[in-house]
Amino acid sequence: MAKVPIQFTLNGSEKAEFVESGATLLNALRDKVGDTSPKGGCHQGTCGACSVIIDGELRLSCLTLAETCSGAAIITTAGLAEGGVLHPLQRAFLDAFASQCGFCTPGMIMAAKALLDHTPDPSREDVVEALSGNICRCTGYEPIIQAVLTAARSNSQNVA
Amino acid sequence: MALALQTYATVEDAETALKAAGTRYLGGGTLVVRAANEGDVGVCTLVRSTDPALTGIDISGGKVRIGAAVTMAAVARHPDLAPLARPARAVGGPAIRNMATVGGNLFAPSPYGDFAVALLALGASVEAGGTTMPIEAFLTGRDDSHAIVTSVSFDLAALAGFRFLKVSRVKPKGVSVLSIAAVLGHASDGTVSSARIALGCMADRPMRASVAEKALVGARLTADGIAPALAAVCVGIDPATDPIASAWYRAEVLPVHLGRLLLG
Repeated sequence: MAKVPIQFTLNGSEKAEFVESGATLLNALRDKVGDTSPKGGCHQGTCGACSVIIDGELRLSCLTLAETCSGAAIITTAGLAEGGVLHPLQRAFLDAFASQCGFCTPGMIMAAKALLDHTPDPSREDVVEALSGNICRCTGYEPIIQAVLTAARSNSQNVA
Repeated sequence: MALALQTYATVEDAETALKAAGTRYLGGGTLVVRAANEGDVGVCTLVRSTDPALTGIDISGGKVRIGAAVTMAAVARHPDLAPLARPARAVGGPAIRNMATVGGNLFAPSPYGDFAVALLALGASVEAGGTTMPIEAFLTGRDDSHAIVTSVSFDLAALAGFRFLKVSRVKPKGVSVLSIAAVLGHASDGTVSSARIALGCMADRPMRASVAEKALVGARLTADGIAPALAAVCVGIDPATDPIASAWYRAEVLPVHLGRLLLG
């Protein structure tokens, strides 16, 4: 299968790779770029573990072909910490025990970030809706919901 | 099997490419990439088009035109399409809604395709391959079509009488047990003057509840008034048994939920 060149920014850094035509963004990120924060769970668009933010919108990298992302700005959980300091969402997940096996966590954090980017002061219902495409089989969701609400409060305090 | 992706600037060129064996059209990817990931060896080449004709929502002259590549999220947040926010938000979770397209939903097999159920109730027209046809005709022939859907259109006025309901076991995001959309017109005396009722999960694709529609015309939206329509709504249905619900269960609860939609 012919390889095709793609260019995009990943967490603010320019990336250029040759990928197999028809390769998913998930495979390109994990196998070519080396960003293993998006996880391959169901590959069916059901679990949300592969969630990334593409040009400001939450998307599933397992159902997105890498070639369609040429020129796009992609954000993954691996790019959230700055200078060794965790992003408020990561800190809140840690403090609230919102991660057990951790497999769903990067996707959950991406879904939460997509919410907070547009709705900085969400209600509990907003959070539940925002996480509705992400499956967690460990936590029972409540610690995750509380972590997102805590991060939102933390953000608003930082802004104030 | 590895996939190949071909991108064309125009719908016409993409349509030509789509005639080759093993090709499928790529919209948002939530159906065809999923099929490829699942091991569907019938998908070898994906064809897509970046034609601007596929994008945009245009509301003018009393008509609504939605480009086939418009996503569920874009429909849900459009201020002039507020009644359609409910069926648009019935599709998947937030990430899926940022990807899944109006055109793609027309091809979604049961138990998916909740937005197509809404379009069927609205009496939408589907533009595909340079021709425009009623959505019923499109849905009937969709499996054999190699034309690319470019847009759907419907009368803006139809949104005024639009109702939608989806039943799922998991909330807020869950696969449909069933979905129902209806567009009702009312006479000056309060009776129903016209009715279009569309059902999801009651066949392999969205279908009209034609007998129930006829039973509803002239009736009042009261428990007694809608009783004949509820009694008739299962005529012609052939629901599937799947991990979400049995065919028996779907048929049993359909009149209950139609009643709630009509009286709600």
